[in-house]
Amino acid sequence: MAYFEGAKMTAGYGDGPDIISSCSITANRGEIVAILGPNGAGKSTAMKAMLGLLKLKSGSVTLNGEDISKINPQDRVKKGISFVPQTRNVFAELTVRENLEIGGFLTEGSLENKIESIYSLFPILSEKKSQVVGQLSGGQRQQVALGRALMSDPSVLMLDEPTAGVSPIVMDELFEHIIKVKKTNVAVIMVEQNAKQALSISDRGYVLVTGQNKFEGSGNDLLEDPEVRRSFLGA
Amino acid sequence: MDFLNAIIVLFNFTVIPALAYGSQLALGAIFVTLIYAVLRFANFATGDMMSFGTMFAVILTYYFQSLGFGLGVLPTALLTIPFAILMMILYMLMIDKFVFSYYRVKKSPPVQFAMVSVGVMFVTQALIRIIIGPSDRRFLDGEKFIIKATEFKEMTGLAEGITLKSTQAITIIVTLIVVSIMFWFLNRTKTGTSMRAYSDNEDLALLSGIDPKRVVLITWVIAGILATIGGVLYGLDKSYRPFVYFNNMLPIFAAAIVGGIGNPFGAFLGGYVIAFAEIFVTYAYKRFISYLLPEHLEPDSLLQLLSTDYKFAVSFSILVIVLLIRPSGIFKGKVI
Repeated sequence: MAYFEGAKMTAGYGDGPDIISSCSITANRGEIVAILGPNGAGKSTAMKAMLGLLKLKSGSVTLNGEDISKINPQDRVKKGISFVPQTRNVFAELTVRENLEIGGFLTEGSLENKIESIYSLFPILSEKKSQVVGQLSGGQRQQVALGRALMSDPSVLMLDEPTAGVSPIVMDELFEHIIKVKKTNVAVIMVEQNAKQALSISDRGYVLVTGQNKFEGSGNDLLEDPEVRRSFLGA
Repeated sequence: MDFLNAIIVLFNFTVIPALAYGSQLALGAIFVTLIYAVLRFANFATGDMMSFGTMFAVILTYYFQSLGFGLGVLPTALLTIPFAILMMILYMLMIDKFVFSYYRVKKSPPVQFAMVSVGVMFVTQALIRIIIGPSDRRFLDGEKFIIKATEFKEMTGLAEGITLKSTQAITIIVTLIVVSIMFWFLNRTKTGTSMRAYSDNEDLALLSGIDPKRVVLITWVIAGILATIGGVLYGLDKSYRPFVYFNNMLPIFAAAIVGGIGNPFGAFLGGYVIAFAEIFVTYAYKRFISYLLPEHLEPDSLLQLLSTDYKFAVSFSILVIVLLIRPSGIFKGKVI
């Protein structure tokens, strides 16, 4: 059984139709799992369901063997699941340091040590620590968002399109940071549009189509699968 | 010598009153801006909440005077402020629990909140009418002046004097203390940071484990402190007329919007901008000018740009101009 597991999840927004149906995603500590798929495939929805932002109609979410399907997102965060939304993922009016401090509010222990370790992971944040996040570039903001999420010492980090709207160079840099995070024994799940690049750093990947698992496998297998390439990677 | 006299006239009749009035507006404007930033609505009950808090201070002042408690040269009202604040906070929390929280849970749009606050305003006015009545009350005791015009003239030998009322000095000093503590709290403490975070990005604040109920509670507590102190200072300086506070809402809202609504420091400065504008526009400059011009050029008219009866037109004009030209205010607040 995987460390973090969403099994046969069916969910939708409010009374609307199901966006994901019987969708399963698992992740272990120290691996990167990419969720890919065309627009409207339910990638973000699957991730939000695992965080508890929307109710499951059926299926379950377990963390380290414990069923957490019924508890609310805040309590899941306390249990070690961290989430970086696609948009509005930083406190734009606050400074870099304050963003990090808030990320650490839920955890016990010295804030100072944690902030230092985030600074060593993202050196640019140390340089800009007193700046208001709203004034930073897109790539730097994403680092703040990652840093904030890591402040709570998570065992699972979920990223919703971490490279949306940043240049290719910055994208590579962000992916390098994500690999560094994975090496600290964190389970990383990310939804990505830049499918090829995402798969090249992922241990495993899922391709969702209309809310269901269509393909899954190791990053390289998916990259080489002719059907995935034709229908989805566009090459 | 004439030049010095001119400066002193201007200082005495515009700068000192504007600093005091600006402080009172600033406290109200920070109240408006905090509620807007955290609870996301324009609170039309602001003026009457300030009046409500002041009412307790007035009643307690009379009670303390009857018991013979006092602060000597300082007004007894200062002693009653902590108790009045407590009552005010209780009232606000009660209103929040029975009225606003219902709409918060329903995630009502801000306009609906604003309309609900109008309802709260009417209820608050009615309560004030029942408890203390609409008449004018003076509750200032202790020493009235710090510097009297006659003393100043004797001291300096100038033709013009400076009057510093104790209420003016108290207003400015108390405001600076309260506002400094509040900014320290907002910027340097964990709770203050949570409040700003919640105001900036509610969803992310929830994901970071910030408890919205606690943020709302703290906001009302700060609002209660600001409303009561602002109201009492205004009442001490002028007199306690319960329904004048309603009229003060226009300059208070203008101050909050000029400073950039949602930005407490902007609201603080906005209070002084409005106060100085109002007083400079409605001041009669005849005496000031007559010191500067040779005798035969002395003006006949009062040289007043606008009668004091129209002072609210100044706030209103500033409000309209700011909304047209720079809707986000001097300091970038939330654009409304």
